[in-house]
This record gives sequence, C-alpha cells and structure tokens, in this order.
Amino acid sequence: MATESSLELNRPSALAEFWFYFSQNKGAVIGLAVFLLLVFVALLAPIFAPHAPDFQYRDYFLLPPSWIEGGNSDFLLGTDAVGRDILSRLIYGARYSLFIGCVVVAIALVGGVVLGLTAGYCKGWVDTLIMRIMDIILAFPSLLLALVLVAVLGPGLVNAMIAIALVLQPHFVRLTRAAVLSEAGRDYVMAAKVAGSGHLRLMFYTILPNCLAPLIVQATLSFSSAILDAAALGFLGMGAQPPTPEWGTMLAEAREFILRAWWVVTFPGLAILITVLAINLFGDGLRDALDPKLKRS
Amino acid sequence: MLRFLLGRLAMLVPTFLGVTLVAFSFIRLLPGDPIELLAGERGINPERKAQLMAEMGFDQPLWKQYLDYLGNILQGDLGTSFASKQPVVDEFFALFPATVELSLCAIFLAVVIGIPLGVIAATKRGTFIDQSIMGTALVGYSMPIFWWGLLLIIFFSGTLGWTPVSGRISLLYFFEPVTGFMLIDSLLSGEEGAFASAIQHLILPSIVLATIPLAVIARQTRSAMLEVMGEDYVRTARAKGLSPFRVIGVHALRNAMIPVITTIGLQIGVMLAGAILTETIFSWPGIGKWLIDSITRRDYFVVQGALLLIAAIIMIVNLIVDVLYGLINPRIRG
Repeated sequence: MATESSLELNRPSALAEFWFYFSQNKGAVIGLAVFLLLVFVALLAPIFAPHAPDFQYRDYFLLPPSWIEGGNSDFLLGTDAVGRDILSRLIYGARYSLFIGCVVVAIALVGGVVLGLTAGYCKGWVDTLIMRIMDIILAFPSLLLALVLVAVLGPGLVNAMIAIALVLQPHFVRLTRAAVLSEAGRDYVMAAKVAGSGHLRLMFYTILPNCLAPLIVQATLSFSSAILDAAALGFLGMGAQPPTPEWGTMLAEAREFILRAWWVVTFPGLAILITVLAINLFGDGLRDALDPKLKRS
Repeated sequence: MLRFLLGRLAMLVPTFLGVTLVAFSFIRLLPGDPIELLAGERGINPERKAQLMAEMGFDQPLWKQYLDYLGNILQGDLGTSFASKQPVVDEFFALFPATVELSLCAIFLAVVIGIPLGVIAATKRGTFIDQSIMGTALVGYSMPIFWWGLLLIIFFSGTLGWTPVSGRISLLYFFEPVTGFMLIDSLLSGEEGAFASAIQHLILPSIVLATIPLAVIARQTRSAMLEVMGEDYVRTARAKGLSPFRVIGVHALRNAMIPVITTIGLQIGVMLAGAILTETIFSWPGIGKWLIDSITRRDYFVVQGALLLIAAIIMIVNLIVDVLYGLINPRIRG
C-alpha cells in the first residue's frame, strides 16, 4: 500500500511528462520560442513598429536597409516602392499571418472533427458519403482548389481563408475517423454505452479526448500550411488585397523591383520562411512527444 | 492482380463523377450568369443573350445540363476558350508537355538528391551530418517556393547573370515543336546552342519546383531507412560479413523504398500545385501559368476544363502508384 501511494506521488502529471519529452528536442523548443516571440510582436505591433504600416514617406522611395550605403537609420529594413517602412509592414503582417493560421485551423479542425466523428461513429452510408466527398476534395491539388474557390467567392483575405480551410479539412476528417474507428470497439466505450450515455456524449465526451494527439499534431502542421497557402494566394493576387501588409501580398507588390531593390523581396519572404519553419519545428517536436511509439519508456 | 486493378478502377468512378460535379458547379456558382460573364462589361442585348443561352444549353434544367456536360466529357469536349476560341482540350495538351518536362526534371532532382541524403542521414543518425541534413530538409519543406524562385532569380540571373529570367528557350532559336519537350526538340532541331539554352532556362524552375518534394523524400527516406535498419534481415546481412555498402544499399534500401515510392507518387499533386507558382514566376508556358492567366482573364471554361483534367491526371497517377505499390509489396494485394 505504501509503495503504491509513493508511486502515485512520483508519477509526473501528463503536462510535465509531455514537457520532459518535448524539451529533449532542442529544435522544437527553439521553434516554440520563435513562435511565442512572433505572437508577442504581433500582439504589440503598434508599440514595436517604428512607423505606421501604410504611411508613405514621399522622400524615401526604395530606400535600402540602414546598414547599406544610402540607407537611413530611421528605416531599418529600408522602404518599398511607395516609401512605406518595410519593418513596420512586416510587424503588422505578422498579425495577418497568425490570424490566418488561427482562423483556418479553427474552421478546418471543428469541421473535420465533426465530420470525422460522424463518419466513424455512424458508419454505413453516412460514412461512405462523407469519405467520398473528402476523396473528391483530395483529388485536386490544394492550391488549385483554393484558387478556384477564391475565383468563385471573389478575391480577398476572408474568402481565401475559407477556401484554405475547406481544402485542409479532409485531413482532419480522415484522422478523426481513423481514430474513432480504432477507439469505438474498446471496453471503456462499451462501458459508457452500457451506463446509458447518449450518442453525442459518447462521440464528444468519451471518444474524442482519446483521439486528440494526432489531431493536435495535424493542427500545428496545418497552421503552417495555412500561412504558406494564404501567402501564395496573396502572391497570385487572389488573397489579401493591397495595401494590406500581408506578407504574400507584399511579395506580389515587390515583384517588379526584384532586380533593382532586393530588400523589398527578401524580407517578406524571410518572414514567411521563419514563421513556417518555427511552427514546423514545433510540430515535429510535438509529434515526437505525443507519439507513444517513439517514446523511450 | 487483375482483381486488384479492377477494384481500384471501380473505386475511381464515384470520385471522378464527384470531380465532374465540382467542375460543373464551378461555372454555375460564379456570381452572375455565364453569358453575362462572357460578355463582360460591354453587356449584351436580351435577344442575343437568350439565343446564346439556348445555344450553350443554359436554358435547360440543371440535371439535363449536367448529363449533357458528362456526355461532352466522354466525347472529349471540354468547351471552348473564350479568349482564344480554341477547344480547351487542345490548348491543354499543347501546353501540357512544358509542365510535364518541368515536373519530370524536378522529380528527377528530388529523387536523385533526396534519397541519398536520406540514406546518409539515417546511417549517420544523431551526428552533426544527420542534423544538418534534416535541418536543411525542414527549411526546404517550409519554403515559400514563390519567394525562393525570386531569390534565385535575384542571385543567379541578376547578380551573376548565369541564367535567363523567363521562358523555355532563348528567342534566338526557333523551330517547330516535335515532341513538345524542349530538351528533345532542341536536340532534334540541330541548331547549335539550342540544347544548352533550353537547359539554362530549365535549371532554376526545376530547382524551385523540386525543393519541397526533395525535402519530403529525404525525410521519408531517412525514417524508412531507420525503421528497416533495425530489422532482423539487415542484422543477418551484417552478421554474414557483407560490406556496409551492400547491407545499406541492397538489403536495407530496397525495403525502405516501398513507402518512399508512395511518397514520390503523392508528390505529383504537390508538383502540379507548385507548377502554378513556379510557372508564374518564371513565365514558363505550361498549364500552371495558363490557368492563372485564365483566372485573371475570367476565361472560366478554361478554368473548368483545366480543373477537371488536372484532377483526372492526378487520379490516374495515384492509380499507377497504387498498382506499383501492389507490385512491389504483394502483402497489400489481398
């Protein structure tokens, strides 16, 4: 009895256990730190940004970064073709990218989980119908389908987010369904059923929490795909519209100056790369920490 | 094997019907009716409009329109481009070789570099080499390729002046396309320097398009190799005293290739999406650029046709990958 209780005491909480495995992956910790920093900067953008993101300084068109000859220390990363401070636009742009990631993942996750749970739980023709529709969505390259959806809905940030969420959703449906199918036959589900749980309670309260790990990992990876796809749509002129300081849209505006002013092209792309890389590093670490197969007991 | 193949084909039918439904709905879902979209801002008088509606079948009930659409697809008729007045199918297949050529070069780069990198990372697991390769792969995987393309243009075309910025071949050369593949056509033309020019034009777009698949293949190869290298038969091969090269290259790699081949197949869809961006950056005259131009021009019959054809091609490629997978791995034939 005594040993049992001491064992009980020594057992780390789930969160502490997760952090133990997660923190062994240095890349993942760096990714998380960079991501948190980005969130911080985005939230406090008006404080960090040295200039207003859309103010045009008419005397300073295409000013190079401050450390290069001809640069000005007021404009650390230089100015764009209409004299706006690039650093300030990037800082405000972080808000758009993170917002896009959150909204897209929220829509795709909620929709995917509901559809996946329904398919896996109801089986039969409901399952077949839902999964066939997901197959159809997956038959198109995601960017192509998103482009066409935006063409139908009209270019703009909101429509781009809806399109990307719709395209990312099948992955969540498939994951949830697979997890539900493997969980639904377990004893604890049967026990809950015998105890008189209704269908909704069984689906969302009994089964869903046990399918969360792969969904969390997928959500993280979808977060970075959403940012990339939204930037790509912005770049193609189908996402956020100028003068929004969205990073992809900034790149589209900068395209014609690539051979004259490398900085207007380089920095927005670098911002996208760093953000996506940080989230992917974090996601990789999350997968390793949450996947019991990889844990060294 | 035949049963496996037929089963897979049968599974494609409902998906393909769904794809046709998506393509069909696309034009009907656009705000405004199709004729007014075609007429654009000039407008159109009501009689002419009614006449056109009847000609194109838009006055029929929806289910009849859909059946007609299906019938047309089966006869290979995907409508006519509004801009060029050419059948969409003809335009598609005139431009398709350019995209295939680019994609093949990219997939070649991705496989030839990605697999060895993955194998090296797996054999040097946990070392600095492994970490550098996997770090680089993750950067490649996270790359916004439209920006990557612009950077390469700034450096190789702008600063160094080594490669051209756009197109498939220098304007100095002109010859009739035979195969549609510029590398082959330039050789067949016999013009001096044409082949070199074609390669110069191809190199940057291929690198850009190869970036993400390369990263994915390297990561997948590494994890597949790690899984296989713990197996008994690899240990046996090692115990027999075979050279490490033979153990890794023959015993381990052959078995590790099974999931990697699936990954390569799945990259085809990624490639076609990447081609939209890559072709736009490098003004590569393939279907990706054609599609973007058509969306901008509001040439919706082209978009509809391209949507259907691209989905069909991806489905066929996935089927081929499935069959190949069944051939190498008899266990799943069932």
